[in-house]
Amino acid sequence: MLSTDKLSIDVPGRRLVDGLTMELKEGECCAILGRNGSGKSSLLAALAGLRRPAAGTVTLRGRLLASWPGRERARRLGVLLQDDSADYWGSTLDFVRLGRYPHGGVGPPEAARALLAELDLAEHAAQRFRTLSGGERQRARIAQLLLQAPQLMLLDEPLQHLDLAHQAQVMALLERRAQAGCAILMVLHEPAVAARHCARAVLLYDAGRVAQGPSNIMLTQEHLETLYQCRLEPAGLPGLFAPLPR
Amino acid sequence: MKAALWFTAASVPLALLAALSIGSVELGPSELWQAVSGSGDEVNREIVWGLRLPRALAAFACGSLLALAGALLQVLLRNPLADPYLLGVSGGAATAALAAMLLGASGALLSGASALGAAAAALAIFVLSLAPSGWNPYRVLLAGVALSSGFGAIISLLLTVAPAAQVQGMLFWLFGDLSGASNPLPAWLVLAAVAVVAQSQAMALNVMTLGEDQARSLGVAVARVQWLVFGCATAATAAAVLVGGGIGFVGLVTPHLLRLAGVHDHRALLPASACLGGAFLAAADAVARSAASPTELPVGAVTALIGVPALLVLLAKGR
Repeated sequence: MLSTDKLSIDVPGRRLVDGLTMELKEGECCAILGRNGSGKSSLLAALAGLRRPAAGTVTLRGRLLASWPGRERARRLGVLLQDDSADYWGSTLDFVRLGRYPHGGVGPPEAARALLAELDLAEHAAQRFRTLSGGERQRARIAQLLLQAPQLMLLDEPLQHLDLAHQAQVMALLERRAQAGCAILMVLHEPAVAARHCARAVLLYDAGRVAQGPSNIMLTQEHLETLYQCRLEPAGLPGLFAPLPR
Repeated sequence: MKAALWFTAASVPLALLAALSIGSVELGPSELWQAVSGSGDEVNREIVWGLRLPRALAAFACGSLLALAGALLQVLLRNPLADPYLLGVSGGAATAALAAMLLGASGALLSGASALGAAAAALAIFVLSLAPSGWNPYRVLLAGVALSSGFGAIISLLLTVAPAAQVQGMLFWLFGDLSGASNPLPAWLVLAAVAVVAQSQAMALNVMTLGEDQARSLGVAVARVQWLVFGCATAATAAAVLVGGGIGFVGLVTPHLLRLAGVHDHRALLPASACLGGAFLAAADAVARSAASPTELPVGAVTALIGVPALLVLLAKGR
């Protein structure tokens, strides 16, 4: 579905990702983890075609990402950005319906209403998007992405602003899409969530160094302590760690 | 939202009727009907067909152009305070027009000079806003503000050195003046072209309110839309300035009135802005012609006097 070949990403004066070669297959779920500023969002933006890499290539379905026409690409590849779209003045329902733009227009509202209901936002359909709470806005953005129905979803911190119940709800929704064949790559800050839902993990270390592999091998206490440069201790539940001050 | 669209639709015939009936010679409904249908008093026919209708149509087109330019620039620059005069196009037109007046030009020469001024300012904005990384709204805004300030300074100088007899004509041009607008056709042609192009981008503009990256990820050709919309807004502003000089407030306020009334979808907002802006200016011009008759008031002052309270009332309602 999506592959990179020796992909490198720079910011002025610094290399964030150095020579990443990876492949994401249909139905696969992969997590990207790293410290703040390690380049997770930049990597996601490059994989989405929103940022020009310093070197290397990104390929979507065997074709260079940059060579896809905008709408055709958007029908296959959808992105959830960290942007909070607070400038949008219309209703929540209209906001979600914009997800159908790549398919030629906003289409009928029923599918958008169903997704809003699934994400506990049915009663907010007519409410202005910008008056929603942070967590509600995040779920509306996820509903928009799900309505876009791409075969590949790139999500930058999909769980930000969400309470525990809605985190579980969103992850269950994403898992169902993955079971239906959708490939999912997401930036996460929660190793436990990554371990539970993602078969693979990409770790971004300092100075552009990248490591990747199966989650059960990558998301060990030792690797995570090196990644986040802090000590961790088991929090009493399997897969959960509590950070300790450095 | 529906009420706002109905109000807008109704405002068009009402404003045109008002523009045809009101003036130094008041025409009642039956006189107006006779004049329009070609019967009745010959003087009334001449007033309606020869004077008021061309002027009302020119005012309508001018208001539509300004409102469309305002609506487009507000979404393009992601700035609610964006208005057609922000880009310095009107400043360029005004500077050239005033310089031409100072040199004794009038009529077509004056229009030609202001067209050249508008084109030069638009070209300067195009060049100044080109960044190596592509379109940048802040660059455009800064370039526009800088150009406008520069033109403002030159206009002050021209007003200072102009003979007293010419200053009033110059001030009228600066405030906005539709008395010379006798041929509405060019403005309508520009309006038709701008409206068609802008409407074809309306859905993309809806998506662009989500931010550039989000719009790009949804398949919008962002750079293409930005240049098209910028071109439309510039052409609309230049055409409006050529018809009526510097008429303020219509471009800033009309789209906001509609947004405050719940019209956010650009597929409705753009045509509604064009209709309401046109109706607003046609009605305001009728008031400007007749309120202190035989003295004609600057129409730009009338638009502000009507528009400011309307906007403040809607804002206070917090809708």
